[in-house]
This record gives sequence, structure tokens and C-alpha cells, in this order.
Amino acid sequence: MQCPKCRGNMRTYDRNGVHIEQCDNCRGIFLDYGELETLARMETQFHAAPPPPPPVHGGPAWGAPHGSGHGGHYGHHRQRSWVGMLFST
Amino acid sequence: MGLEQELTGVAAAYGGTGTPVFHPTRTDVVVLRMGEVVVKAHSARDDAEALRPRVRAAASAAVSSVMLAPLEPQVLAAGGRAVTVWPAGRPISQDDDPRAAPWEEGARLLARLHAVPLTLLPALPPAGGPARAARAVGRMPGDGPVEQLIRRAFKELPEPRRRRVAPLPGLLTHGDWHLGQLVHRDRWLLIDVDDLGVGDPAWDLARPAAWYAAGLLEPAVWERFLGAYLASGGPALGAGDDPWQRLDVPARALTVQLAAVAVVNAGREGRELDEVEHSLVEACNRIVKA
Repeated sequence: MQCPKCRGNMRTYDRNGVHIEQCDNCRGIFLDYGELETLARMETQFHAAPPPPPPVHGGPAWGAPHGSGHGGHYGHHRQRSWVGMLFST
Repeated sequence: MGLEQELTGVAAAYGGTGTPVFHPTRTDVVVLRMGEVVVKAHSARDDAEALRPRVRAAASAAVSSVMLAPLEPQVLAAGGRAVTVWPAGRPISQDDDPRAAPWEEGARLLARLHAVPLTLLPALPPAGGPARAARAVGRMPGDGPVEQLIRRAFKELPEPRRRRVAPLPGLLTHGDWHLGQLVHRDRWLLIDVDDLGVGDPAWDLARPAAWYAAGLLEPAVWERFLGAYLASGGPALGAGDDPWQRLDVPARALTVQLAAVAVVNAGREGRELDEVEHSLVEACNRIVKA
């Protein structure tokens, strides 16, 4: 592919799932259809989701990764085994 | 005369009236409530001699606003079992959302229990926490990968002498704290003296700590519990700014214990571990890799 600006040779890169063509000569970048929107969406997610603050009193090295959205099992408030565990030896 | 009839007779002798109600509890323990009186037949496996000073300790003035006092400071006998007699209290309802439970009250009571000078009490045996973890692991019958993982996590628990913090002198410790160990009379009080004794009080915080580390107890609830304990001057975690220095080992042990109990329960009921129970096994896996 030729650079539409300087007619230099364009090289293809993949960056985080975004398909980019960059000109070897003028370093200009060409995006495929929809790739600009993908970049904008990734930027929004980056700014919108700061990591949750760590708990005040910390946790053990082997603790579940709280707050990542994957470690907790908090949807079990009335599950029999959880309630049973709270109330028994 | 059967054990249940004997217990009913004991309850009546201490003023219990009405229909006796047997409360579901551990299979080796019988708890009967008759009106305002509760009679407990302790496990035949338990040491009745160790129970005597524990019941007398609960009867002493030094713990009167912290622990439920027995109606009878002596240990009785019925059907070959040690029997104790207590006033009835209102337990926490298991139908309510656990987040609404009095976590702060429980923490404050533990902080006050740990602060009771041992000199005000009869000489007590060691608190039962560490022995419980060992017993739970010993009760697992199978030898599959999950059982092997739990046994390995238990075997690799750091020895007390190799811990990075110096042990505190032994303090009054409940030995088996969970939400079922709170009853309300005119205030919330701790119950169950079976594991009461001299020990490392961090073990009393270790079960909620293990739930938190397994991703089961919400961080906000854990912070309410731990924050209330620290704010009440609870001595279990030392003066440093990292409570996990002293919590780490007992919380590992309780994670192993809870996982072992889950495996035994699932085996008895002929089913696989559910998601909640499996998260304890996952925590054991993280422990052996830590």
C-alpha cells in the first residue's frame, strides 16, 4: 500500500487489536473504517475506569483479587452454603 | 430414659416451661430450648474437665457484659454427656441479609473479651482455634486432588516460631467465633464456651478474615468488622499499621479449616462443591502458591 500523502511505502501494525498502517517515509498513520471509533472507545474506558482504591486495612498476599470484577463472589447473599458458613463451626 | 427426656427434665428444674424445642446444631451436640431456658448436651468427644473452668469463667463478673452468663455455673451430667444450662437469647436471623448482621457489635464484644485480664478468671485451658483446624483437616475421608491440596495448605502453615511477628502473650480468646455465636438479650452477648481459653486472639478475627480473603465477605462488611474491632481498642492485631501481619497465619488456617468442612459437608450430602465452597478451595490454592 502506498501513502496517500507522500506516496511512500506503508507498513501494517496491530496495536491492542487496532489495525494501523504507517508510512515509512512521512510517518503518517492511516486507519481502517471504524478504527478511529475503536481508539476513542478505548480512550474513554481508560479514563472512566480508574482502579478501585485499595481497602483501608489491606489484605493478604494470597487474597482474592477484590474489586477487579473477577475475584469476588458477592452475588450469594442468601445462598444456603454461605449463610450456613456464617452461622456455624 | 433417653437423653432428650433427661435434658427436658434439666430445663424444667431451672424454670423452663412450655414445649421443648430442639435446635438444629452440630450432629454431636444437642441443644434444647424450653421457654426461657436453654440446655446444651456437649459433644461426647469433648473434654468435660476442660469445660468446667470455661463455664465458671462465663459466670464471672469480669465478662458479665460480654458473654452470656450460665444459669448454672457447674457442669451437669445427663446420659453420659456434659450438660450446661443457659438463659435463652435471640439469635441473629439466618433469613436476613448477612450484610445487615451486627458485625460491629460482634467485633466490639470480641475486643472487650480479649481485654479481660486473665487474673480475674479461673485458670483456663488453651483456646480451641488451632485444634479445630487440625481436626477439620483430619476428618476429610477422601484423597482426591482437592483433599490433597487442602492437606498440603495445612501442612505448609508457618510454624508459630517462624512467624515474622513476635507472638503476643496469651489472652482470653473465644476460639470459635461466627455469627451464630451472638445472641441478644438486653444487649448483644457472645455465647458458646466450648473453645474459650487462653490463646492468640487474632484467631477470633480469622474466620471473617478468611471469608474476606476468599472473596466471599464483601470488603465493605469486612472493613466494618475490622474497623469496629480496632476502634474499640482490640489488642489482637498489635500496634502496627498492618493488621495482616498478625492475621495472616490464623486466616490461612481458617481458610483451610473452612475448605475441609465444605468438602466433608458436600461428601455427606453426596454432591459437588458449590461456587461458595469452591472459592475456599481456590483460596487454598493461592495459599500454597503464595
